[in-house]
Amino acid sequence: MKRSSIAFWIGAVVFLAAVLVMTQVVGNQYPFFAGYVILQSIALAVAWSILGGYAGYVNFGTSAFYGVGVYASVFMVSAFGAPLPVQILTGAAIGALMGLALGLLTLRMQGIFFSIATIALTIVIETTITNWRYVGGAAGIQIQRPAATSPFDNYVQMLFFVQAVLVVVAVAISRYIQNSWVGRGLQALRDDELAAECTGVPTLRLKLLACVISGALMCAVGAPAAMYLQYADPGSAFNLNYSVTTLAMALIGGTAHWAGPIIGAILLGTTQQLLTVTISSEVNLLVLGLMLVLFVVGAPEGIVGLIHKLRGNRKEGKI
Amino acid sequence: MFSLDLLLDAVVIGVLLGCFYGAVSLGLSVSFGLLDVPHVAHPAFLVLASYAVYFLNENYAIDPLVAGLLITPIFFLLGLVAYRLYYETFEKRGSDADVRGIAFFFGIAFIIEVLIILQFGVDQRSVTAAYIGKAWRLGDIRIPYRLLVAFAVATAMTMLLTLYLSRTFMGRAIRAVAQDQEALRLMGANPVKVKQWAFGIATAVLGIAGALLIIVAPVDPTLDRAYIGRTFCIVVMAGLGSLGGTLVAAIILGVAESIVLTLFGASWAPAISFAMLLGILAVRPQGLFGRRS
Repeated sequence: MKRSSIAFWIGAVVFLAAVLVMTQVVGNQYPFFAGYVILQSIALAVAWSILGGYAGYVNFGTSAFYGVGVYASVFMVSAFGAPLPVQILTGAAIGALMGLALGLLTLRMQGIFFSIATIALTIVIETTITNWRYVGGAAGIQIQRPAATSPFDNYVQMLFFVQAVLVVVAVAISRYIQNSWVGRGLQALRDDELAAECTGVPTLRLKLLACVISGALMCAVGAPAAMYLQYADPGSAFNLNYSVTTLAMALIGGTAHWAGPIIGAILLGTTQQLLTVTISSEVNLLVLGLMLVLFVVGAPEGIVGLIHKLRGNRKEGKI
Repeated sequence: MFSLDLLLDAVVIGVLLGCFYGAVSLGLSVSFGLLDVPHVAHPAFLVLASYAVYFLNENYAIDPLVAGLLITPIFFLLGLVAYRLYYETFEKRGSDADVRGIAFFFGIAFIIEVLIILQFGVDQRSVTAAYIGKAWRLGDIRIPYRLLVAFAVATAMTMLLTLYLSRTFMGRAIRAVAQDQEALRLMGANPVKVKQWAFGIATAVLGIAGALLIIVAPVDPTLDRAYIGRTFCIVVMAGLGSLGGTLVAAIILGVAESIVLTLFGASWAPAISFAMLLGILAVRPQGLFGRRS
């Protein structure tokens, strides 16, 4: 194992241990409610950038995957009373299948056509769920939480820990992809798909792989949300805001490095929580949109790109 | 229960609705179809125009269509500025423009949506005019006047824009820049200026389209999301850059929506345009009257 890998895994273990200790020590419930949303954003942004960042296919369908994850849980709970791990795994499996379908779409379309198709996919799935009576239809459905398993004495605290585990899984996969031939292949096809294909990069297999992994992760992230809210309705589970938020977080952080989406998600997620609590959720969305546009125009490589530039300049003795 | 009368009714309403959809898609047909700008914010501009019309109608009792005409110059300028910004930040820099261009317009759409919510709230808004709320009886079919007005204006708009693009100097330049930008440059014309002008026209048309939108039905700030599907479905189905095709494609979508609405109910309506769009992208990406091979 390389030194950087050892450092990464130590960091991951320390992070999970800290989260675990926090669930045991902190009595106030609010940090877990807010923290859960931020962790969820991190996981979504990291999962999104596997396809959107490395491969350069802008996926507006985050909300489709997230919503399907939510409803996979709803279905598993109301049909079989399945426990949380089963819900998450089911979500991941369905997400992988959806990702495969999305990957096949990339065969026929690129650029804006792909992006529009992902929005279309979202609305079509949302409408289908809306018309599916069994999972509540348009009115939504209430879900009963089971008792929390030890060592957690509260379900939200448990979900908080579960989401932290999902974040670690997502980051580990994203980091592995970036450092392996898969990441290099994806970057090649991002820069020029035709050239990559001509030089022997298996573009189709790589795209399918990226779509499947990204999709499975996004659905898995959505799955615990049903239990978190104890309620699901198509309008909010498939809300396009998830797509914009995730996209903004990944682009603001920078998609060239696996740490970019994490930085972006922490920064934006925290700001959003603060703004929603102190001012209003509309202002929070406005700030989100403004930051997205500002970064896309002013700092296309995101925060990671800015740091890179700063370091590069320093090396050349400019600063 | 399926009946012929019901079907005929649905088709007639569908054709009228389709013409209206054509009117709201005309701008996108130019900006996306001819200029290849990934203008996801087109429907957001459309809803913004509707709210401007609402504001004028509510406060100064101006007829919605007149209000729509009044705001076209402002929207023209808005279009010029928007294209300039897009060109300077994305097209000029070249690589990766596609990915970030989409994110840029998506962000703009989002900002417009939130600004409308902050200013007008999330409630539905509508306008008042003499022809809204009444209907014309034709045998058993009941046709609302508001749809007839939208139909007439939409048809006139499509014809005028088609004439503009085929008869005037600037219109021909716009079609030329869509066909071969380099050739235009070699002729000594500035393709960027032509494209900026075209984008201005495409946005100006939205002023009237926005008036039609709020005449046909009440609007709310997030209505643009449904129209992403409708407008892009129509423009892609028509084949990029075909204005006449836009009207045909719009009528097909209008009739399809109207029939599904009659047979299966309103809850399936939002998915129709998106499902058609997916189908077209998968089966015939060049559209019905496409210019691309």
